[in-house]
Amino acid sequence: MKISIGPIQYFWKRDWVFAFYESLQDSPADTIYLGETVCSKRRELDLGDWLDIAGSLRKAGKEVILSSLSLIESESELSSLQRITSNADYAVEANDMAAIQLLSGRKKFVIGPHINIYNQHSLRLLSLVGASRWVVPMEIGQHILGDILQQRPQEMQVEVFAFGRLPLAFSARCFSARAHNRGKDECGFICGEHTDGILLNTQDNQPFLQINGIQIQSAATCNLIGHYEELVSRGIDILRLSPQFEGMPEIIRILRQVADGLLDIPTAMQQLLPFQTHGSCDGYWNGVPGMHQSSAATG
Amino acid sequence: MNRKPVELICPAGNLPALRTAVDNGADAVYIGFRNNTNARNFPGLNFSRDEAVKGIEYARQAGKKVFLALNTYPVPQRWKEAADSIDIAAAIGADALILADLSLLEYASSTYPGLRLHLSVQGSATNRNAIAFYREKFGIQRVVLPRVLSLGQVARLVQTAGVEIEVFGYGGLCVMAEGRCSLSSYVTAESPNSAGVCSPAHAVRWQETASGTDSYLNGVLINTFSTDEAASYPTICKGRFMVNGTIYHAIEEPTCLNLLEILPEIARAGITAIKVEGRQRSRAYVATVTRILRAALDACHQDPDVFSAKAEWINQLNQLAEGNCHTLGAYHRPWQ
Repeated sequence: MKISIGPIQYFWKRDWVFAFYESLQDSPADTIYLGETVCSKRRELDLGDWLDIAGSLRKAGKEVILSSLSLIESESELSSLQRITSNADYAVEANDMAAIQLLSGRKKFVIGPHINIYNQHSLRLLSLVGASRWVVPMEIGQHILGDILQQRPQEMQVEVFAFGRLPLAFSARCFSARAHNRGKDECGFICGEHTDGILLNTQDNQPFLQINGIQIQSAATCNLIGHYEELVSRGIDILRLSPQFEGMPEIIRILRQVADGLLDIPTAMQQLLPFQTHGSCDGYWNGVPGMHQSSAATG
Repeated sequence: MNRKPVELICPAGNLPALRTAVDNGADAVYIGFRNNTNARNFPGLNFSRDEAVKGIEYARQAGKKVFLALNTYPVPQRWKEAADSIDIAAAIGADALILADLSLLEYASSTYPGLRLHLSVQGSATNRNAIAFYREKFGIQRVVLPRVLSLGQVARLVQTAGVEIEVFGYGGLCVMAEGRCSLSSYVTAESPNSAGVCSPAHAVRWQETASGTDSYLNGVLINTFSTDEAASYPTICKGRFMVNGTIYHAIEEPTCLNLLEILPEIARAGITAIKVEGRQRSRAYVATVTRILRAALDACHQDPDVFSAKAEWINQLNQLAEGNCHTLGAYHRPWQ
């Protein structure tokens, strides 16, 4: 089982981003996804910076994939996308059909989790135009996934979002700016002040969602480690961990040890507890509401 | 004026609503079958094959069209049902299919090359490259745009998309990019993409309290209402939550999209059609919205330069709206 580090969903300061990826050079992660996937206004790093980071990570033996924006509206966003898809050195994760259109028939690509693939026929269709890896949409549980993979296209790798806050929705509106009573055009990059987004509680004080710019995430951390055996038996190749500000080196170590059979799952679950600030969930994998946490998998 | 009139596309959740839409001036009515294949899969709603046949007949006699929405993403076990629904839609002579799923677009375009295909709003195509993919692969002739673009962006797409552009003109407002929202399944296991529903009724619970009413969705408190407030349906994005110690509509106020005031800009931009949201709404809603938008579109077509939205139109539409107020949504940049 391989371990990947998904793109950073939050707007971290430039120095933090460089330091974060430097720390991953010696980590037991196999694959690193780089780039901005949430908001095109976030430009602390340009493509040149990302390519520099990519170069160092590749030198350190990592597979590097360039991720692309999830919601693409403007011509300038399309030009940025085009610069990413036309790079000569790295594969690209498509998170919008625009990226797939630009990559189709030209280059192998990764189907990102925000592309709507819900059945084997759609997966095959994208495999025919060059998709070589599929990051399964969050909503799809293991039984439906099992049905889809009965007709798995040849050489299609499958990656599952296994640890982190779930990206649940994207909007034209910026909810971080809204939380600070600002319009999107006057956001002042307020999302940059929240390393892991802004917690949204229900009125009876239950952590519910996480506001991250134009994106809404789950407040709970999705954690599928309790389902490790199922992930293996379903033929999953790669587990994706989504970056959070605290604890990534430790989280990667724990998952690697589980994958290598060096750590039992209850102990791993115990060790992951401090990194799940607002609880955990595994509902989607079980085909029930995504927010649910099964008792069998709490360790 | 030579410009083609902007088409008015109205919703119908059943045969009486379809007739009402046609009678009140819809150019086309969009409907769904009574199964999992469309994004308004609500109990008691939608069409059997026979009802769809009758609806198409009725519309055709009036010179109007019927579009069939088959716009969920079928999982393997439901794929055949979806493909069968396409066969039925083709057999009964639907004027267009509104599809989102790649494999269904492929199936429809290869099996029925003459059948007109529209990319559903659930297809989430918000730029010219995304639209080009569907045009080149499946020959779609129209795209329904998600409600995330500004009017300027929509106008540019009219020039660059190479297909007809349909936009939402009136109705409940999805604040999220359609096809990119899993909030409902996070709480209830069912979403528009997977099951054709958002915040399904079976997960809704109302609780009377000393101070009013609380609304829950599968046990999650979405909103609280005082006795003098009208309680609104617990759609997650329209709830009131606590952020940084303040309780407010943290995602979006319940409000209604209404493009009446910018109809001349819509027409000048070359947008082909405007669509009314609400297959789940009543026949009275369909009647009022269709009648008013018909009158407004006709007036606008006659003389866009002097067109202004009549106060009585706005008032009547606001009375039907969620939250009883309206917005231009993303079409108007400051909203974003």
